[in-house]
Amino acid sequence: MIVEIGAFALILSLILSVLQTGASALARVRRAPVLAAVGEGAAIAAFFALAVSFAALIYAFVVSDFSVANVATNSHSAKPLLYRVGGAWGSHEGSMLMWCLALTGFGALLAGYGRGLSAGLKAVAVATQGSLGIAFLAYTVFASNPFWRLTDPPVEGRSLNPLLQDPALILHPPFLYVGYVGLSVVFSLAIAALVEGRADAAWARWVRPWTLAAWSALTVGITLGAFWAYYELGWGGWWFWDPVENASFMPWLIATALLHSAVVTERRGALPGWTIFLALGGYTFSMLGAFLVRSGVLTSVHAFAVDPTRGVLLLTILGVTAGLGFALFAWRAPAMARGGLFAPISRESALVLNNILLAAATATVLLGTLYPLIREAIAGEAISVGPPYFNLTFTPLMFILLLLLPAGPLLAWKRADAGVALQRLWIAALLAAVAAVATLALAQPRSLFGAAGLALGVWLIVGSATEVAERIRLFRAPRGEVLRRLGGLPRGTWGMTLAHAGLGIFVLGAVFETTWKAETSEVLAIGQRLEVAGYVVALEDVAPVQGPNYEAEQATLRAFAPDGTLACMARPERRLYSAGGQTTSEVAICTRGLSHLYMVLGERRVGADGGPVWLVTGYWNPWALLIFLGPGLMALGGVVSLSDRRLRLAAGRRAAQPAAPERAPEPAGEPA
Amino acid sequence: MNGLGRWLVVACAVLCLGAASDPSERLADPAQEARARALFKEVRCLVCQNESIDASNAELAQDLRAIVRQEVAQGRSDVEVRRFLTDRYGEYVLLKPRFSWANAALWLAPLLVVLAGAGLLISRLRTPPAEAELTQAEISALSRLADDRPEDRGSAS
Repeated sequence: MIVEIGAFALILSLILSVLQTGASALARVRRAPVLAAVGEGAAIAAFFALAVSFAALIYAFVVSDFSVANVATNSHSAKPLLYRVGGAWGSHEGSMLMWCLALTGFGALLAGYGRGLSAGLKAVAVATQGSLGIAFLAYTVFASNPFWRLTDPPVEGRSLNPLLQDPALILHPPFLYVGYVGLSVVFSLAIAALVEGRADAAWARWVRPWTLAAWSALTVGITLGAFWAYYELGWGGWWFWDPVENASFMPWLIATALLHSAVVTERRGALPGWTIFLALGGYTFSMLGAFLVRSGVLTSVHAFAVDPTRGVLLLTILGVTAGLGFALFAWRAPAMARGGLFAPISRESALVLNNILLAAATATVLLGTLYPLIREAIAGEAISVGPPYFNLTFTPLMFILLLLLPAGPLLAWKRADAGVALQRLWIAALLAAVAAVATLALAQPRSLFGAAGLALGVWLIVGSATEVAERIRLFRAPRGEVLRRLGGLPRGTWGMTLAHAGLGIFVLGAVFETTWKAETSEVLAIGQRLEVAGYVVALEDVAPVQGPNYEAEQATLRAFAPDGTLACMARPERRLYSAGGQTTSEVAICTRGLSHLYMVLGERRVGADGGPVWLVTGYWNPWALLIFLGPGLMALGGVVSLSDRRLRLAAGRRAAQPAAPERAPEPAGEPA
Repeated sequence: MNGLGRWLVVACAVLCLGAASDPSERLADPAQEARARALFKEVRCLVCQNESIDASNAELAQDLRAIVRQEVAQGRSDVEVRRFLTDRYGEYVLLKPRFSWANAALWLAPLLVVLAGAGLLISRLRTPPAEAELTQAEISALSRLADDRPEDRGSAS
């Protein structure tokens, strides 16, 4: 019964989205506020209907209702509750439902919170958001319905891939989808700007918070995915340039470029066309990702089950949506104002340079991902494009971008003096040089890449701090004034500094880990030991363990630090999930400062004396923690920046009308 | 050994073969072993889903590692090893595409995008905008916008 309510609510949501699009579009044509209110109400109702639908799916997973095809294929009654709930979005159908939930959710937010937008702009945006919803809801209802029943339900389900039964991977899709789909609002706003023929500073101020929210969520989602790969796949890799990783990385790159170009449009009214182009591009790449992951055109570790029909449908949605969007762009954008002038050396130019490099990076990732398909289609030859390609192309582009980064925020708008900006960065340059020399002198084996990378990280972190130091006149003004200025810094500045410094921290971790990672693998009998990077790991015991839905062998390892003291006791496992017959390894990570001693229990063998021996691998991953802390700090910067706008605008209102009563709510009201 | 343990041994024999660092696969000469490991990262495990033979535990990856190690041990250069692999398995086996005419678009695209962007920026900086001055309508629109700034408070920021 509850499952049928879910299916009904899903269809209701589709109908409400049609109403949302129709009413809002008509509201724009007739300039009728009542119709606009109907459209906004429908947007909010569509979200609530879909929330009911999603709750019904989770319910079906929690009670293990195997008469529902999706539950039977992706769940198992012995799975722990958390993974049964997470299973609701672990499958293709469930994840599409989550995509729709995010789409309608953002539609409801746009309808409820978009009160400052001009009526025409808002009506078009709500109508566009509704039509994006129609496309994916119709797809979900007709081609990928998670509520389809089985006439002959099985007694037991087929379970979720055990690799995916992990807390980080339960949280990874929601964040990723909020990020992907958050860009749909930006897409809708871009369409509205094109229809209205206006992309001014006020419009750009509307684009920024949505982009920031989507960008922060994407950052968290991608980092969770990388972290999961790091500790779950069992050999310490965290980024593989896999097509599916690239599919999530391209929207992130575009959103990053958009965040920066929207600043130019907001502050200086310049580059409106380019900002709209990026706003259209963000969601286009999100949809491209959805297509690549689900169509099976690319082989990938993460791909969902291959289904060509669904692939064609998703490609159609992608083609039609992006095609219409960019056609409208080609038609309307040339007529739009070009905006303010700026000199070659100026904040604007720096941000444009940022955008050129990010666009080139995105193009590189896109081409690297699709090139095997293109060559296969044209010449019928199969080739592979793997990590070595991206290391040779993407990495240099990023190196240039990050090298220029600290100078950007120090340049003035319109016309700046590069010499002055560079002078201010002398401390950062000095410390970066010291870092490079120290690395070359101390770190073994000697690595030029490692030294340059560490110098870059230091340059970024100190360079970001320099901007704050400049603004508060550190060491130049009396202490009272410095503190006053420090308190008065807008949160947007803190957000930017955090994000840039976080990037520097990530660079430090990524470079150090990649360059000086150590690995030792030995076949050990009980009581034997191996050595990795000065640490001694002794195998004390191996015992069988019974988990809720798996059987495992668990090793007890005693790890000694280079000075001979006990570093930690580690218990890596090798698990066998009987439901699907897969083996996974549960690594043990011992955190030493910023670094990880990472231990993996391998297969059991028969030793020379006939007794059991185990393949044990120890990795020393220096500064690995920074790889995940850095992006965490970047996402935090995004959130801090978001909080700034609300505070500033609210404060502005308080100052402007100290005793004014609350404005009457808009007809549509806000979502609860 | 208990029943569960025995069962795991059997399951492992089927499902989990050795990793790249497995001591039983290793070459005696550390320099040759390091070269082989570097080559592994460039070679695709053909039956896996986008993994190098350095990362994969699949049987085929193990075979390919044995081939590469054998070639390295016989003193072949990196180029010779790569040619040996592509002669047998085609270009698909290389994770790093060759620098060839067929791949020119792939390797040159990043540079071309940067150059195109730089060209656009330079032309933008050189040509003065046609509408440098604001029209009366735009000035009034601007002041109107400036006035309703506080109303933006409900933004989804």
